Formats: sequence, C-alpha cells, structure tokens
Amino acid sequence: MDILQALLNGFGVALAPVNLLLVLLGCLVGTLIGVLPGIGPISGVALLVPLTFALKLPPESALILLAGIYYGAMYGGSTTSILLNIPGETSSVVTAIDGHKLAKQGKAGPALAMAAWGSFIAGTLSVLGLMTLGPLLAQWAIRFGPAEYFALMVFGFSTLSALAGKNLFKALAATGFGLMLATVGQDPQSGIARYTFGVMQLEDGMDFLVVAIGLFAVSEVLVFLEEKAPGAVQAQVGRIYLSLRDFLSSLGTILRSSVIGFLIGILPGAGASIASFVAYTTEKRLLGPKARLGEGDLRGVAAPESANNAAAGGALIPLLTLGLPGSGTTAIMLGALMSLGVTPGPQMFQTHPQVVWGLIASMYVGNAVLLLLNLPLVGLFVRLLSVPAWFLIPAVLAISLIGVYAVNNNPFDLLLMAVFGLVGYLMRKLDFPLAPVLLGLVLGYLMEINLRRAMTISNGDIGYLFSSPIAIALWLLAGLSLLSPLIIARIGKRGLGNEEV
Amino acid sequence: MRWLITALLVALAGSGLAQFTPRNPECIAPAGAGGGWDFTCRSVAQVMLDLKLIPQPMKVTNVTGGGGGVAYANVVTQRNNDPNLIVAASPATTVRLAQGQYSRFTERDVRWLGAIAADFGLVAVKADAPWRTMQELVASWKADPAKIAVGGGSAVGGQDHMKVLLLGRAAGIEPRNIKYVPFDGGGEALTSLLGGFIQVFAGDASELRAQVQAGTVRVLGVMAPRRLEGVYANIPTLRELGYNVEWVVWRGFYAPKNMPTEAYEFWVRALRQVERSPEWARVREQNALGKFSMLGAEFQVFIDRQVNQFRSLSRELGIIR
Repeated sequence: MDILQALLNGFGVALAPVNLLLVLLGCLVGTLIGVLPGIGPISGVALLVPLTFALKLPPESALILLAGIYYGAMYGGSTTSILLNIPGETSSVVTAIDGHKLAKQGKAGPALAMAAWGSFIAGTLSVLGLMTLGPLLAQWAIRFGPAEYFALMVFGFSTLSALAGKNLFKALAATGFGLMLATVGQDPQSGIARYTFGVMQLEDGMDFLVVAIGLFAVSEVLVFLEEKAPGAVQAQVGRIYLSLRDFLSSLGTILRSSVIGFLIGILPGAGASIASFVAYTTEKRLLGPKARLGEGDLRGVAAPESANNAAAGGALIPLLTLGLPGSGTTAIMLGALMSLGVTPGPQMFQTHPQVVWGLIASMYVGNAVLLLLNLPLVGLFVRLLSVPAWFLIPAVLAISLIGVYAVNNNPFDLLLMAVFGLVGYLMRKLDFPLAPVLLGLVLGYLMEINLRRAMTISNGDIGYLFSSPIAIALWLLAGLSLLSPLIIARIGKRGLGNEEV
Repeated sequence: MRWLITALLVALAGSGLAQFTPRNPECIAPAGAGGGWDFTCRSVAQVMLDLKLIPQPMKVTNVTGGGGGVAYANVVTQRNNDPNLIVAASPATTVRLAQGQYSRFTERDVRWLGAIAADFGLVAVKADAPWRTMQELVASWKADPAKIAVGGGSAVGGQDHMKVLLLGRAAGIEPRNIKYVPFDGGGEALTSLLGGFIQVFAGDASELRAQVQAGTVRVLGVMAPRRLEGVYANIPTLRELGYNVEWVVWRGFYAPKNMPTEAYEFWVRALRQVERSPEWARVREQNALGKFSMLGAEFQVFIDRQVNQFRSLSRELGIIR
C-alpha cells in the first residue's frame, strides 16, 4: 500500500508538464544516440548535464531527463545492428548476429518491432524490479567481489560455443584474438604498458566501440565493395509487421532475458554489454538446435535487446540505494545529483521521495513513450533499406567515424578502426565469426583484473575463488553450460532415433 | 610629431597588453566526458562566461588517450603558440610526468597557468570495521600487512596508490609489504569496501560524501593541510595524528609553452577572477571541492617542485627505476 501511495505521488511528479516534456526529450535524444553508431549513452548523458544546470532544473527533473537518455539509447542501439550489421551501441553487438540475417531474409520490420517490444517489456519489468526489490537487491551488488566476478566471467566464456556458428575451433581462435586484444594497454596491476610498442594512444587499451565499429562496419563496406555485383544478397524491405505468433513464441525469451539482464545490470562494472551476451548465449542453450538462433531467429533479437534494457534499470539500483555508481553513465548521473544537492544513498527513498518515485514513475512513462516512438519508426527505418546500399552503408560508416572522432578527438581511433576493418574483412573471408572477438575483449579484461585482485587479496590462495556461495553457484552454472551441448545432443539423438522407428 | 608617434605606439602596445581577448577560446579536457578534467573545463568555461571574462562561450574538447598524454603531446607538438587554448590538469598530470609516462615530454614543455580548487585525499574503512582510529588501523597493519588489503580507484603507481604508500612510509610499514588492489575508479573500490573484500579505501573527499552522510563508512583521516568543512569537519588530518602526509588534488590548467605573454597574463588574470567569484565558490561547494589558489609564476614553481618530489618518491617507493 505504501508503495502504491508513493508511486502515485511519483506519477504526480512525472506527469507534471515540464517533466513529461523532459521524458519525451530524453527518450528522443536517447533513441537518436542509440541509433547513431559511435556515440554512446555515456557521452550523451555527459553532454546534457550542463544543460540541466543551465536550465536550473530541480533534481527530479534532471534525473528524469538523464535517465531517459540512458535507457532510450538501449532502444535505439538495435536499429543499425539489424538493418546494416553495424552495432549502434556496444550492447547491441549480439543483436547484429540474428538481426541482420533476418533483414537479409526480408524480415527487418519484424526484427525491429521485436526489439522495440522486447525493450518495452524488459524496461517495464526492470522498473518494477527497481521499485519493489531495489533496496533488497542492492545487497546483491555488494556481495560481488573479485572471486564472484571471475566466476561470472568464466560462466560467460563457458557459453561461448553458442556464438560459434559452424566451426568451434574458429570461434575459439577468434575468442583468443579478443583475449589478446584485452591485454593491450596499461597493466592495471603493475602500471606497466603492455603491447603498446611505445604508442601512447594504446595505453588506455582497446576501446570496445572502436574495435566493434572496425570489425563490423568497416569490414561490411569492404565486403560490399567486393560483392556489389547484382544478385548479391541484400537486406530487403519485406514485411513490416510483427505477427502475434512470432511475438508469443518469443515471450519466454523476453521474460528470461529480462531477469538475466536485470541481475547483471545491478553489478557494478559488468553492465549491458555482458548482459546481452549472456542472455543470448543462455537462450541459445535453452532453446537447443530446434530454434535457429544464429541463422536469423527473432528470439536472437529479443534476448539481447530485452537484456540490455533490463540492465539499464538494474544499473540504477546501486546508484539510488547505495550512492554507488556501477557504470560510467551512472557515475555522471551521481555527480549531477550531488551537484543539485541530492545525495543518493540508503536514506534517499525517505529524504527525497519526489526524486526517487518521480524517476520510477517517469520510467514507466518513458518506456511507453519509447514503444510508441519506436514502433512507427520501424516502417521508416525499414524503408531506409530501399536507399541503394552503395549510398546507405558508406553514409552510415561516415556517421560512425564522425561520431567516434567527435567524442574522443583522437585521430588514432580512426586508424585503429581502419585496421580492424581489414582484420574483420579477412576474418569474414576465412569464415571466422566476429562476435567472439568482442566477447574475448569485453570479458577478458574483467576476468584478468578480477583474478589478479582476488590473488592479491587472498595472498595467492586459489581456494579464494571458490569461497562464497555465489561464486560456487556460478562455477556450477559454468560447468553445466559447458556440458549441456553434450547432454542436449544425446537427448536429441535419442529423440531422432525414436522417430526413425 | 615624433613624440606623438611614440605615444601612439606606446598606447597601442599598452592597449594590446591590456586588451588581449581570446577568439574562439578552447579548453581541452585530456580524458573522456564525465571525468575530473572534463568537469574542470566545463565548470570554469561556464563561470568565465557568466562573469563575462570571455566574449563567447569556451569550447570544451575531450582528447582521450594515454592518461592525458595524447593531449599533452598534441599541445606541445601542434599548438605550441595558440593564445586561445587552456588545458585541464591535476596531480594525475604531474604524477605521470614524474614517472615519464608522457613519452619524451616533460613539465617544462608547457606553461603552467594555475590551480583554483582542490580535493583532498582520505583514508576510510567500513562503518563496522574493528578500527576506530588511524592509530588502531596502523597497529594492526604493522602487525600483519598481509591481512590488510587497501583498494583505490587508480592503477599501481597512480594517485590512490601513492597515497597509501606515503601513509605506509609515514607509519613505518615497508612499501613492499603493502597490499594495494587497483579498481576502475573510486566507485568500484568503494563497492568492494562495503562488500568486505578490501579493508581500507584510499580516495578523495569528494568521492565519499554520500557514504559519509549515510554512515556506511568511517573516515580515519584526511590528507589535507587543515580540517575540511561540512561532513568532514570532525575528521582529523593525518598531520594532526602525527603522520606527515598530505595529498592535495588541485584542479588547474596549463597552456601552450609559446603562448604570447599577454595571452598568458590574460588567462592567469581570468582564473584569478574566477577563483574569487561567488559563482566559483558555489561550484566548489556543490562538488565538495576545497579552496585552493595558486596562479602564474608561483604555480610554475609549485609544479617544478611537485614533479621533482613525485619523481624521487616514485623512485624511492619502487614504482620507477
């Protein structure tokens, strides 16, 4: 009853004309940032913080605007992934795998609509979770130490074969390449530069976005140049609407991925990218070979897109309940709130109810706004595909390059992107999957640093990695995930045998 | 006639000196949006505009890479006489210069303008930790350094690590035996402290306000020359406790080495006016920054001394050879 009363008051805040306008603005800007490859939510939020000061917005309005950009970006990220095989956000890399194949089959419309519906359901569920379980789940964020993170990363790798495609060894090689990339840069433990060859720009390590755009987008242009001969399979406009049957068959995926995304989103440092990887690979495991994940299945779009939206809601939990920023974006939001005189933390629900409940209510509104905004856009975006590819793909690539350069002002990024474009091109020619490289890059860094933190803390005792219930549970999950293809294959074979009889 | 020309020339020169106004002023934040340098640029740009010290808004450019090294190299090699450019800096800059991390460039390759605010280092433990005072912590630490893991938001050799080593040195703990666990930023280190994975947190006063207000951490000492205000008013300085350690995270700027003198003087004057303005006092207060003012020639001397000090310290603590 208390929650309902508080939520009602929250809607009072969220539905005030100014705040309603700010939700709209935030969602619109967020979608735009999401659609444009190269510009991530972190730069979007950082650039709009001064605006909230300049407009002298009260803290609840500022937070409503900034959060709108944050979760709005998660909606938009899928668009270019699906249409052009160019991930709009780091958390939409996995979406490209099935999304773009669907587009080539003339199902870009249903894929985009599925992304919007999945995002809406997951976004709404995660606000519900934030509202009812927030303070409780905050403890979950704190329980994750180096050992638990390490086990989580091992679990992430154990699902790798789901990304493998036809050849497991090629996928392993691609992951190894990603792991190697993760070691480039300043060694966090000793402060010494590794594999930088004296190039200062490499000291911060490989930027995920730069590698992703290079591998996917630049190589896409190269492949296109080569295959421009008529008859090459291109993404087509095709069907626009998502059928009820397709939607219903994906509902389970959406719900499961929402839970996974939400729980991983709460963890500081893990974030939406890992959530989308884990949700996708888990679905592939659960659905088995009958589902055609990896070859163009709507559930392959639903899983990562639901997970990254749920993660955005989850990431707000440590921020609001503990005053701990779990990601770069929430760190900026924390800074903005403190500047406005609101100190997030355990008492915030009592001391600033209008901020917390206003935000929660605004997120319900925002998710509905995003759905209403994105569904009509599906038709528009799909029609983009009737623009000749020789114009569309280079144009989007140019926008990505401008985006990356405008954010970092570092020409080296562009060079690096070109190099990864060549690498991506060669990998495609040799039939190596691209996504495992990014999995290796994103998981590898966290895996290494957390293993080394664990070893420092425990004075080198390997048993420390298995010393908590959460860690042990994650190790078991990893083991199960490694063995499951064998088990599923055996069951599948038996089933097939019966049919033959 | 002659005296008239001379007078005109003098007047012109004089007015030129007094009336340098930047065109398209720019502030480079040598890291991504949302960090400390980005904040320094954006807040000073806003206050300068509010005070009408600059005729048009100052553009803020984020130049990422090499912990500020890419921006440093860029300024030295390509914009060495730009009169309209200032670059955000902090001890993170001087630590890296001292440790030779900006390739061949040194602190002498730019002109230091000044610092106009400061954050201060501190040491904290969880609220329910067994140590009520710094002396108690140091006693257990000395007894068995392997049992105390200290975490901070910087890599080994970075600011948070240096703070720990300085405290250890002042307390008589062999630097080699100190367990330092690096995290990606203070927020992650703090999460780990609350989870009980590390025992001690080394960070800055501005990072910890929310937790201090919530009562989830206990600050054992601040690394400031005198006590801080607000939530920290009751926390002793390390110097009071007998440990000769200070860590002043000044927020300031450098400029291109060959910037014309009148431009250099313009920027020093503008920063001084910002520092003295009530607008700046409000920015400092909102962001939990302390008062700190050191400008022009005085700052140049300060930087020279700080880099030398960091250099010998890094050598002594085994961070560089």
